[in-house]
Amino acid sequence: MSTKDNPSNSNGKFLNPTPILDDLEKGPWPSFLTGFKKLAERTKKTMIRGVLDQLEYSYKTKMGYWKGGLVSVVGYGAGIITRYSLIQDKIPEAKEFHTMRLQPPPGLHYNTKMLRELCDIWEKHGSGIVCMHGQTGDLMLQGVPEQNVQECFDELNRKGWDLGGAGASVRTGASCVGPARCDDSCYDTLKVHYEVLKHFTGLVHRPEFPYKLKFKFAGCPNDCVNSIMRSDIAFIGTFRDAIKVDNAEVKNWVQKNGMDSLVNNVINRCPTKAITLKGEGIEIEDKDCVRCMHCINVMSKALSIGSDKGLSLLMGGKSHLKVGSMLGSMIVPFVKAETDEDIENLIELLERIIEWWDDNAFDHERLGETIERVSLKEFLKGVELEPDINMVNTPRDNPYFKAEF
Amino acid sequence: MTEKAKREYKTVEHGPYDYRNDTLHPVVLKNYGKWKHHDNPRPGVLVSVAESGDVLYTVRAGTARQITVDNVRTLCDLADKHSEGYMRFTVRNNVELMTTDESRIDALIADLEQAGFPVGGTSNTVTNIHHTQGWLHCDIPATDASGVVKSMMDELMHEFRHAEMPAKVRLSTGCCAINCSGQADIAVIVKHTRPPRINHETLAKTCELPKVVARCPVAAIRPTRVDGRLSLEVVEEKCMYCGACFGACPSMEINHPEHSKIAIWVGGKNSNARTKPAIMKMVAHGLPNNPPRWPEVNKVVKDILMAYKKGGRPYERLGEWIERIGWKRFFEETGLSFDVDMIDSYRMARTTFNKSAHIRF
Ligand code: SF4
Ligand code: SF4
Repeated sequence: MSTKDNPSNSNGKFLNPTPILDDLEKGPWPSFLTGFKKLAERTKKTMIRGVLDQLEYSYKTKMGYWKGGLVSVVGYGAGIITRYSLIQDKIPEAKEFHTMRLQPPPGLHYNTKMLRELCDIWEKHGSGIVCMHGQTGDLMLQGVPEQNVQECFDELNRKGWDLGGAGASVRTGASCVGPARCDDSCYDTLKVHYEVLKHFTGLVHRPEFPYKLKFKFAGCPNDCVNSIMRSDIAFIGTFRDAIKVDNAEVKNWVQKNGMDSLVNNVINRCPTKAITLKGEGIEIEDKDCVRCMHCINVMSKALSIGSDKGLSLLMGGKSHLKVGSMLGSMIVPFVKAETDEDIENLIELLERIIEWWDDNAFDHERLGETIERVSLKEFLKGVELEPDINMVNTPRDNPYFKAEF
Repeated sequence: MTEKAKREYKTVEHGPYDYRNDTLHPVVLKNYGKWKHHDNPRPGVLVSVAESGDVLYTVRAGTARQITVDNVRTLCDLADKHSEGYMRFTVRNNVELMTTDESRIDALIADLEQAGFPVGGTSNTVTNIHHTQGWLHCDIPATDASGVVKSMMDELMHEFRHAEMPAKVRLSTGCCAINCSGQADIAVIVKHTRPPRINHETLAKTCELPKVVARCPVAAIRPTRVDGRLSLEVVEEKCMYCGACFGACPSMEINHPEHSKIAIWVGGKNSNARTKPAIMKMVAHGLPNNPPRWPEVNKVVKDILMAYKKGGRPYERLGEWIERIGWKRFFEETGLSFDVDMIDSYRMARTTFNKSAHIRF
């Protein structure tokens, strides 16, 4: 990136004054602005100066000034978010500020070697501004001119990095910390994330759908990656057999926290009243337990997930656009995800679902919206899934359906 | 010949970065899938105990999300020094370093703090805010994102460092009304108050008309001719100023320095613990978009948090607290006022009506 044309301004400083933004350098929370300014002063990159000038202008006028466009790398149709300034006449240094979306390792586990490599390549070709991470789960490298995009990507790609999705494609996935550090993880979130996204990688790079499609992988119903709200297909770990109760540890817990806490915070907070007090311990009626995770969360040492583990698939989560916010709803209550064969079967089911959606969706319609519009019944028929009472809160309360003769 | 045609390197479609390629801390790798229980001995510190008896301490710290190569290198230095060269990020832009040596936790915390990464954000704290791109990088934002978050977290620093809330608290901000605006215990989201302003000169040239028509949630857009030119018009009685059309067509400008306001939503919950997951509900709107510190918005967020902190019982998420005390008392306790626009008028409105004789006085 050019750093040639970078005269200092009248204060003898590289950056122009940004009096409004500077207020965001005050206060105890880390300031993105301080980071940007230091980076700009060290590297003398004019793009950062321009972007700060434009941001200052946005703060002053209370309007945004970027427009999209089409920049990509060879063979891909997604992954670069193109940004051209709408006020290039005022601030030419902010002319281009494209983002490269990268797919991070599942669970966002890194070593320092890979991050240092990434920083070196990124500083060479781009602004040096990094977003860790976007809401979909991408690691975003923000601020690259079009002419550097291909070379930057090639260097990153040689080191194992690949672009994420954008537009009407399968998007970058996100997974919780999973079995790497959490005792609640009911399946290998990192592995399933990796295998699924690897399988659909062509659809990440070349958008050809009605709209976006997101996967998120949570190891248990605590859903630390917000899969139910933020993904079209949510993989939420669960287990079929009973919660394991270690009543000796329950006793220890009560000694430390008190019997009132056991009653008020554990027994009474079970949503289905599955827990009863029994002598100095507790008993859980497995048939009543819905696997909400609350009691296990509170008494991590005394209670743990069962051994017959797998995952549920919930579908339809999305934000407001277009028909209003939707949470994913239960479609596949339980499926195993342990062996390679399990994962192959899972991927085969996903393919059926995606194909159905691609065939049936209107333009710009998310999976949940299509299911709602054509009915869950039609969807189940289309993807060859059997109805299951776990899919609904209650049976229907109106007679408006085509009954069989 | 163009640059691209000359290129000899052949792309490898890796997909996600391969996590098996040495991304996991050695103690993590050794005990992968064999963890026994965990605890949160103090804010910002987690302890994970494995079946093997290994104990791993994780220290969590906040970042600005929009960071730089310099920040990442600083974190790498700290990870090399304390965490065997490994680190992890949470989905809420916190960074985590790990050690097996309990006696090194204080030094690790001190180094993170010294480098500008505040330690906290675990269990019943207000953790780092999920946010969007805003004026820094998005093409349709009515407000900023990183600046909003910075101003809010400055005010919530005590709550990030101390686990004093009834349960965990997750916040999010969104810089338009319809897209990535987050779903959380408290969500701060743009709400416009005027219809889009149409540029008939550019519209037909820059936008696909049928696609724009189809984008509107209330079918308020229809084709028209202006000065003989094909264009679109908005039926203003129907339009509810969502700005969905602007996302499809830059010639339908929805953003406005004064008319684009901010709304606040509460009670979103994605975890299944106790109650079922829930979508947040709108409890304040019409707040000014007031950079660089958004004081009016931050006051409402803080008022809600303080009322919840005072009234919530242990393990009750914000929405669960409201469910217990009722919406009437929620408005009383927070000092907010309920108005007619908080009564749903869209497709599922009847599901929000009180179909009972249950009332609160
Ligand atoms: S979602 Fe469940 S398994 Fe994953 S980190 Fe959270 S508690 Fe652990
Ligand atoms: S702002 Fe929303 S409601 Fe109004 S015309 Fe555009 S899409 Fe329709």
